[in-house]
Amino acid sequence: MRFSQAWIIARHDMGIFRHRWGVMGPLIGVPLGVAIGFPLLVSYIVATNGGSGLDSYLPQLIDAFSFWFVIGAAILPTAIAAYSVVGEKVEKSLEPLLSTPTTDGEILLGKTLSAFVPTILALWAGSVLFQVLIDGFTRGALGYLFYPNWAMFVILFALAPLVSLYAIELSVLVSSRVTDARSAQQYASVTFVPLIFLYVAGEIGLSLGTTNLLYLAGIFGVAVLVLFQVSRRIFHREEILTRWK
Amino acid sequence: MIHAEGLTKRFGDLTAVDQLSLDIAEGEVFGFLGPNGAGKTTTVRMLAALISKTSGRAEVAGFEIGNEAAELKIRERIGVLPDNVGLYDSTSAYQNLEYFGRLHRMDPATLRKNIERLLRMMDLWEKKDAPVSTYSKGMKQKVAIARALVHDPILLFLDEPTANLDPEAAKMVRDVLLELKKENRTIFLNTHNLDEAQRICDRVGIIRTRLLTVGSVDVLRSGFSRKQTVVRLERGSEEIVAAVKRKLGTDGVALSGDRLLVDVDDPERENPDINEAVVAAGGRVIELSQVSPSLEEVYLKLVHEEKPAP
Repeated sequence: MRFSQAWIIARHDMGIFRHRWGVMGPLIGVPLGVAIGFPLLVSYIVATNGGSGLDSYLPQLIDAFSFWFVIGAAILPTAIAAYSVVGEKVEKSLEPLLSTPTTDGEILLGKTLSAFVPTILALWAGSVLFQVLIDGFTRGALGYLFYPNWAMFVILFALAPLVSLYAIELSVLVSSRVTDARSAQQYASVTFVPLIFLYVAGEIGLSLGTTNLLYLAGIFGVAVLVLFQVSRRIFHREEILTRWK
Repeated sequence: MIHAEGLTKRFGDLTAVDQLSLDIAEGEVFGFLGPNGAGKTTTVRMLAALISKTSGRAEVAGFEIGNEAAELKIRERIGVLPDNVGLYDSTSAYQNLEYFGRLHRMDPATLRKNIERLLRMMDLWEKKDAPVSTYSKGMKQKVAIARALVHDPILLFLDEPTANLDPEAAKMVRDVLLELKKENRTIFLNTHNLDEAQRICDRVGIIRTRLLTVGSVDVLRSGFSRKQTVVRLERGSEEIVAAVKRKLGTDGVALSGDRLLVDVDDPERENPDINEAVVAAGGRVIELSQVSPSLEEVYLKLVHEEKPAP
């Protein structure tokens, strides 16, 4: 598999998405909303509680908030991947693409990268702002800088990328069976439902510390490997040309 | 350039292409005719290494279809225009061509040169930066043809390039095809349009799952349908009709105004007899001409009789 071929496809798709508000809106809005919204909530909590008992529950609350970067990793690429594959189906541009000297795997990798790279870059950018703002509040309220920490490291460099890949592969599978991007996005959105449960569990007491996050990353790692194999089988030239609706 | 032997494609119980054997030489423009569902697109997809064959073999541009490495080489050397143009509407014609040139691993300088040459040839250079969504259907089809040519392929597969175009747009595209023919390109042209095939193709094949016939338009016309002699008379009469019938020993004689229409097998032998019979019956011949069957007649006859190739 030639990475350069996949990267040509990814760059091309990313160039197209730059002009689509349906893709760019969530890509900018979600990380920015998380990065600003939750620190503002923390500042409100700090201000209204006046420092009593913050030591015990504020770290747990912030850990739960940071889990939104995992949820974002599931939400954001579904929109891009849906446009990336279903968009080609709608414009009927898959057949010309398949007629080029690229392998099925290179095309699938290109489509995956076009959804993965902007998602991860947007989440990382948002996380920098989030961590700086949270630190701004925790230095006064808790007396130390909450970030950087290992839990956030695991979220940004293991869990979020794996969840993102998981959501992309699932979107590719869904995209092969539907004929419009909105449906693909809706079906693929089931990805983040279990993550929402985890977030709520984190809010009410489940530890979202480093160890549990690593376990979660392992589970998603296995899921990504399985889904990638299934996607490879479905994203097959002949299957696309003769069976995809 | 293309050599196929017993090429067959089945989808479950359905046989889409059955035992196709075909040779297409370098520089030849080959027209592939057939009704909807006859297997034209499936044939192109097999030869363009897009879908697998069920049985048989085929060599395209020097490589055998059927293994991934060879199929990549085939796709490097061919250009394909599918039946849907499939352009990226939000990007410009230039960007569409540039993307496909990059996927063909062209060096940037050659790519730029080819894009300019093709867009100028298609008369689209002035609009090269406008989004394709603003183009007319004919212009989009020309961009799609340019896309198939951007890497300078040695073999071009065109699937219904003028289908669904208005007459003016179809003429625009046909003119481009004639230009490509002048450049001595090898072209495999799937078409419904018999007039187009007659004007552009060196040879045509007619398919209905099986290849029914293949040959030059002239050979097909002379070999597969009735011939007719048309005699323009000073004045037609039933006596003349009866005289010609008697002379040739056939019932295939009819009068239409002042024209006598006679079905013949061998015009060189029978036309003098027709002339003689007309004169003997008191008629006067003003003009005698031979009418060849159109490709359309050949096509309809073959497709409806479903006669296999000899």
